[in-house]
Amino acid sequence: MVILVFVESAEGKIKNTSMEAVAYAHAMGGDVTAIALGAVEKVELESLGKYGAKKVLHAADEKLNQDIIQVYAAVLEQALQAEGADTLVLANSSLGTPVAARVATKIGASLASNVVELPDTSSGFVVKQSIYTGKAFALVSLKNQKKVIAIRKNAVGIKDVGSPAQITPFTASLADADFATKIISTEKATGEVLLPEADIVVSGGRGMKGPEHWGILEDLAKALNAATGCSKPVSDLGWRPHHEHVGQTGVKVAPQLYIAVGISGAIQHLAGVNSSKYIVVINKDPEAPFFKAADYGIVGDAFEIIPKLTEAIKAAK
Amino acid sequence: MKILVCISHVPDTTSKINFADNNTKFDINGVQFIIGPYDDYALARAIELKETTGATVTVLNVGLSDTEPTLRKALAIGADDAVRINAEPLDSYFVAFQIADYSKSIGYDVILMGRESIDYNGGVVHSIVGELLGIPSVSPVMKLDIDGNKAKLAREIEGGKEFIEVNLPFVAGCQEPIAEWKIPNMRGIMSARTKPLTVVEPKPVDSGVALQRFELPPPKGSVRMIKADNVPELVNLLKNEAKIL
Ligand SMILES: Cc1cc2nc3c(=O)[nH]c(=O)nc-3n(C[C@H](O)[C@H](O)[C@H](O)COP(=O)(O)OP(=O)(O)OC[C@H]3O[C@@H](n4cnc5c(N)ncnc54)[C@H](O)[C@@H]3O)c2cc1C
Repeated sequence: MVILVFVESAEGKIKNTSMEAVAYAHAMGGDVTAIALGAVEKVELESLGKYGAKKVLHAADEKLNQDIIQVYAAVLEQALQAEGADTLVLANSSLGTPVAARVATKIGASLASNVVELPDTSSGFVVKQSIYTGKAFALVSLKNQKKVIAIRKNAVGIKDVGSPAQITPFTASLADADFATKIISTEKATGEVLLPEADIVVSGGRGMKGPEHWGILEDLAKALNAATGCSKPVSDLGWRPHHEHVGQTGVKVAPQLYIAVGISGAIQHLAGVNSSKYIVVINKDPEAPFFKAADYGIVGDAFEIIPKLTEAIKAAK
Repeated sequence: MKILVCISHVPDTTSKINFADNNTKFDINGVQFIIGPYDDYALARAIELKETTGATVTVLNVGLSDTEPTLRKALAIGADDAVRINAEPLDSYFVAFQIADYSKSIGYDVILMGRESIDYNGGVVHSIVGELLGIPSVSPVMKLDIDGNKAKLAREIEGGKEFIEVNLPFVAGCQEPIAEWKIPNMRGIMSARTKPLTVVEPKPVDSGVALQRFELPPPKGSVRMIKADNVPELVNLLKNEAKIL
C-alpha cells in the first residue's frame, strides 16, 4: 500500500506538522511517498526520509511557489495517480484542510479532518476526530478504499525512523483554469515561531493592559523558543495581529506547554487550548476560571512574575 | 448579484457537551442553538454587501425543522429569503453536496459560509462546494470586497495573510474581522416572520463515512498552585515533573 503525504514548507523549510504527517503515514504501515510543491531546500526534502518517507517527490515548477488551493489539489490528484496511492495524509492547516477537501472530492475519497490519533484498523478503518472545538471526539469509520486524512498536531509525534531519502522530480500538468484565484501579495511575519507549529506558546490577555507591555511576554517567549498568542479582545483591540488570536474563533493550538498570562479563561478561549499537554496560568485573580483548566498556577501580578520567570528559565538552561 | 450564505445551527459556545443513546447522539438537553459564529460573520458581510451593492441575500441551512428559528434569525438580521434542505446534516460531504446541488439550480454569484462549523469543526464544506461546482474556494477569509465581477479578499495564513483576487462566482469560508456580528432589530424580527422560507428535499448521496460513536476527553486533574514569591519552583516542576524544558 502506498500512502502519499503532502508536505508544506515555509521559507524553504518543511513545517513540523508536515514531518508529523510523514511519521503518521509511516506508522499506518505503508510505503510512504512524500510530495512537496514549490521552492523547498534540498536537505529539507531529503530529511523527510528520517521520518519514514521512502520516496520524496518534488514538484519544483515555480508556478507552484504560490500555494493556490485549486492548483495544489490538482497536482496532488496527479501524484496519487502516478504513485498508485489510495490514501493521502496531510497536516490540518489553513492550506492543508481546504486542499484535502478538494482532493477528496476529486477522487471520491472518504475524508477526515482534525484527526488526533492513528486509525483503529481492528475492524474497518476508524479515525478519531476532535469535534466541538476540542470538547469531544467522534470515532468515524472511513468506508471508501480511497481516503484523505488531515491530522492535528501531536496525533503521533515525530520520530526518527529512517535515513535521508532520494528526491525524484515530479512534473504535473497545470491547467490555467486552476489559477483562477490570484495571490496578489502576502504579508507574513518572518523568523518567528509559527503559532500552530509551536511546542510552547506564551499567550497574553486583557490583563496585560496594553500593547506596550508585550515586551516582557516576548522576552519570555524568546527564552523558551515559544510562539506568542493572545485572547480575542487583545486582537479585537488591535494590540496584537489577528493571526495570534487563540480560541473558539481563532487559532486552535496543541503545544506541549501553554502559558496564559492575564487571561481569564472564558470557555471560548479554553476551546482553543484544551489540546495542550500542560497549561500554566498566571493571573492576579485567584478565582479566574482558567485555574480550573490549568496544571500549574501562580496567583500574582504578571508584571512582577513574568520577568522573574524569564530569569529563572534562563538560569535553568 | 445573488449571494448565498450557508449557516449552521450549532450549540452556543458556552454549552456543556454531552451525548445520549450510548454516545451515538448529541444530547440537546439544556442546550441553546445559535447561528454558527463564523457563519454569522459571513452573514454580516453579506448584509453589508446587500446595502452597498443592492445584492440579494439567501440563507440556506441543511437541517430538520428544529433549525427554522435559526433561519428566521438570519432573516431578521437582513437576509431576503431562506432555504432549508430537509435533512439531518450527517457529515461534511453530505451537507456540501446538498448546498452545491441546490445552488446549481439558482446560480449564485457568491457563496459565503463560515470557515468551519463549531460542532464538527471540519473546515471543509466551502472547499467541497467549490470543487463540486468547479469554481474557486478561498478560506479562511478575513476581508472581502466586490467590485463588479471581481472580488478582493484577504486570506489568513499561518503567521500572516494573503491578498487574493478572484472573479465571480466563488465560494468563501469566512472569519473575523470580515464584518461585525449584527444583532436583529425589532423591525427585522417583525419582517422576518413573513419572509419566504422554502423547504427542499435532499438528494441521496453516499459520503463514505459513518459515525461510530462520540467520546468525551478524560477529566482534567487538579491544578498545582505555586507561590508568587517562588517562581523558580515553577521552572523546576516544568523541568522535572512535566519534563518539558
Ligand atoms: C461566540 C464567541 C466567540 C469567542 N471566541 C473567543 C476566542 O476565540 N478567543 C478568546 O480568547 N475569546 C473569545 N471570546 C471572548 C471570551 O468570551 C472572553 O471575553 C475573552 O476570552 C476574555 O479575554 P481575556 O481573558 O483576555 O480578558 P478578561 O476576561 O478581561 O480577563 C483579563 C484577566 O486578566 C487578569 N489580570 C488583570 N490584570 C492582571 C495582572 N496585572 N496580572 C495578572 N493578571 C491580571 C484578570 O484577573 C482577568 O482574569 C468569544 C466570545 C464569544 C461570545
